[in-house]
Amino acid sequence: MKGGPEVVLRLAGISKRFGPLLANDNISLTLRAGEVLALLGENGAGKTTLMNILFGHYVADEGSIEAFGRPLPPGSPRAALEAGIGMVHQHFTLADNLSVLDNIAVGTESLWRWRSDRGAARRRLLDLSQRFGLEVRPDALVGDLSVGERQRVEILKALYRDARILILDEPTAVLTPQESAGLFETLRRLTADGLAVVFISHKMNEVFAASDTVAVLRAGKLVATHATASTDRARLAELMVGRSVKPPAPAPLSPGEPVLELSGVTVASGHGRPLLDGVDLTVRRHQVVGIAGVSGNGQTALAELVSGLIRPDSGRLSLKGSVVEHGDPADMVRRGVARIPEDRHSAGLVGAMSVWENLIAERYHDSSFSRFGVLRRGAARTYARKVIEEFDVRCPGPDARTQLLSGGNMQKLILGRTLAHGPDLILASQPTRGLDIGAVSYVHSRLLDARAAGAGVLLISEDLDEILALADCVTVAYHGRLTPLLPHDRVSVSQLGLLMAGHWDILRDILPETVDAA
Amino acid sequence: MDFLSILLDILLSAAFWTAVLRIATPYVLGTLGELVCERAGVLNLGIEGIMTLGAMAGWMAVYQGADLWTGVLVAAACGALLGLLHAALTVPLGLSQHVTGIGVTLLGTSLSYFVYRLVLPQASTPPTVEPFQPLALPGALAQTPLTYLAFLLVVAVAYVLYRTPVGLAVRMVGENPAAAEAQGLNVTAIRIGAVVAGSALMALAGAFLTLSAFNAFFFNMVNGRGWICIALVVFASWRPGKALLGALLFAVFDALQLRLQQASGGVLPYQLFLMMPYLLSILALVLVARRASYPRALMIPYRKGER
Repeated sequence: MKGGPEVVLRLAGISKRFGPLLANDNISLTLRAGEVLALLGENGAGKTTLMNILFGHYVADEGSIEAFGRPLPPGSPRAALEAGIGMVHQHFTLADNLSVLDNIAVGTESLWRWRSDRGAARRRLLDLSQRFGLEVRPDALVGDLSVGERQRVEILKALYRDARILILDEPTAVLTPQESAGLFETLRRLTADGLAVVFISHKMNEVFAASDTVAVLRAGKLVATHATASTDRARLAELMVGRSVKPPAPAPLSPGEPVLELSGVTVASGHGRPLLDGVDLTVRRHQVVGIAGVSGNGQTALAELVSGLIRPDSGRLSLKGSVVEHGDPADMVRRGVARIPEDRHSAGLVGAMSVWENLIAERYHDSSFSRFGVLRRGAARTYARKVIEEFDVRCPGPDARTQLLSGGNMQKLILGRTLAHGPDLILASQPTRGLDIGAVSYVHSRLLDARAAGAGVLLISEDLDEILALADCVTVAYHGRLTPLLPHDRVSVSQLGLLMAGHWDILRDILPETVDAA
Repeated sequence: MDFLSILLDILLSAAFWTAVLRIATPYVLGTLGELVCERAGVLNLGIEGIMTLGAMAGWMAVYQGADLWTGVLVAAACGALLGLLHAALTVPLGLSQHVTGIGVTLLGTSLSYFVYRLVLPQASTPPTVEPFQPLALPGALAQTPLTYLAFLLVVAVAYVLYRTPVGLAVRMVGENPAAAEAQGLNVTAIRIGAVVAGSALMALAGAFLTLSAFNAFFFNMVNGRGWICIALVVFASWRPGKALLGALLFAVFDALQLRLQQASGGVLPYQLFLMMPYLLSILALVLVARRASYPRALMIPYRKGER
């Protein structure tokens, strides 16, 4: 890129420390006009921290930033905006109760004018919207918009302020594949106009779909910068994780006795179709049973049932051969059910509490962690240190607040909590959603280890590749019903797709012997 | 006379509506003040104490020889100072807004009584000043200037909130301070400003009591009006126009109960009538406020750079 377009942004030697954690370690980057730079790295590699420093949310401990040849004062989003830097945050910074126009125009006028010039603001917004093909309704409340529309508002917000450098933090994490394609189209229009774009991602296909240059961060360090065209997936994956990544390979094991049996289980929804409708399912030891399906076809109810959060209206639920009459979550834990909840933030962990408190949340009443109603904090911390070590949870220590951990480390914490006690049944709901490659392969190998150790695994996932890689048997959820168990080597992705869409007539071809089951 | 004709007599008398507007004035001012604070995301439970201090300070200034409007300004300035204390504790320091607000109320109330006793140690009957006089207008329009000021302020606050950049900034920091900061706004400064301005309005409500409705300061004279204002803000769904409506509605109930009390001639215990406005307010609150869309960042301290 010698003698190419002008350099618009130069980061030099940026370092940032959060307590004992070195989030950014001497990072230097340059960005040219018209360039799309992908900042690739695992969760917790320091990508977001770096961009937050650039935008003035954080102040770097060391290093300097130059935008358009002028030094950028640290720690001031206002200065960054004035220098022509705009940021689209992963968690949108929009006010739901205000209109699109209000959200975009706020802070762009001097505060002490007698009257907002809303006419001019509206004209400018509609002009930008047309120029870059970003359709918006200025008077709609942001709270009424879809996620894709909100993202357009965020981008327009930056453009409205004449941003020439646009930072996007994991922009596709919340988008459908169609919306992502639309976003990349927008990025192309922006760079054709001479803007420079940095987007943060941990998804390989996006890097290849949208970027000119890719910079890989690992554990706070910049490990490589390449022209995207001159590299490939395997190489980037290795740079990101620091070692080569192998797909999981479950060893063949013969299934043991049943740990979970559902027979004729129905759960009413209160209106219309039941959540679960006469479900039969058996999960055995040494077996991973995958539940495929478009979300909203009964998977959540099934997970809540096995967690003890809801009870069947009719039918029977047995664990290890004994019928569960009045299951509640604590009872299920005592019976050896390990749960990896669908949403680790809301149902898995208490963000404001420490790592050790979260780790003993399921068994704080055990004699090993409390005596005479008093917590044995020392024992709990020692235990926490052991789990942190064993499950490779990257955190400052047992006393760290859980919300400071990255998504992958939160999931490892949950794995540690549930797997450390040799469970009989593992309920894994979307166990790798939102995780990066390294964390995904870690979760997979842990689940397979547990399977080898004799646990049965009920894997609920929307990721068909994941199901086919891990599961011994697959069943598809549709309208609250489950297909019979299908051996994973007798069913293809396209067949699963048809089953997920309700075409159960093809079961005849897959399972000729159980033709009547459907 | 049956009940309906008594009610009709009351509702058709000009004196009744004169009383309604007078009774409504402190509620209008207090509710506007609380509304401005809450729109910026700060609950101000200091309102009761700020109203008391406004009542005392305004009256004291006039008693010491200042003219009435100077008294009003002194009250507003004292309210602003207490507001600054509340803002300093809740905004940059991020302390609990509930606890701080109750502390400010206790401080404002006790400080008022203390200063009053310091200046007038012996007074057994409260000394009086010459208060604002009603304007020479017919019927219910014969109100003191402060009542007119309160109604003008409703329009002014609504205009500032919805038509000016600073109003938009206030609403933004109350909805999503992180978004406001990402737009280059100074969240801390805007929140402090809103709390200070809102507290000055609350103090005006107090000054109205001692300089317009009555002509003296006595203990417990605010008598829970501040707490009613907090409820009225919710009733109003954080909108100035509806706040005016709520204050008027409450004043109608209050004026009505006084008159029904007299008309009932002791048949029913008077406490029943005293309860009426509060019961009806609770009922109105239940009916109206369930769908209220409150400022999303209300009571949530904002700390820059927190993940």
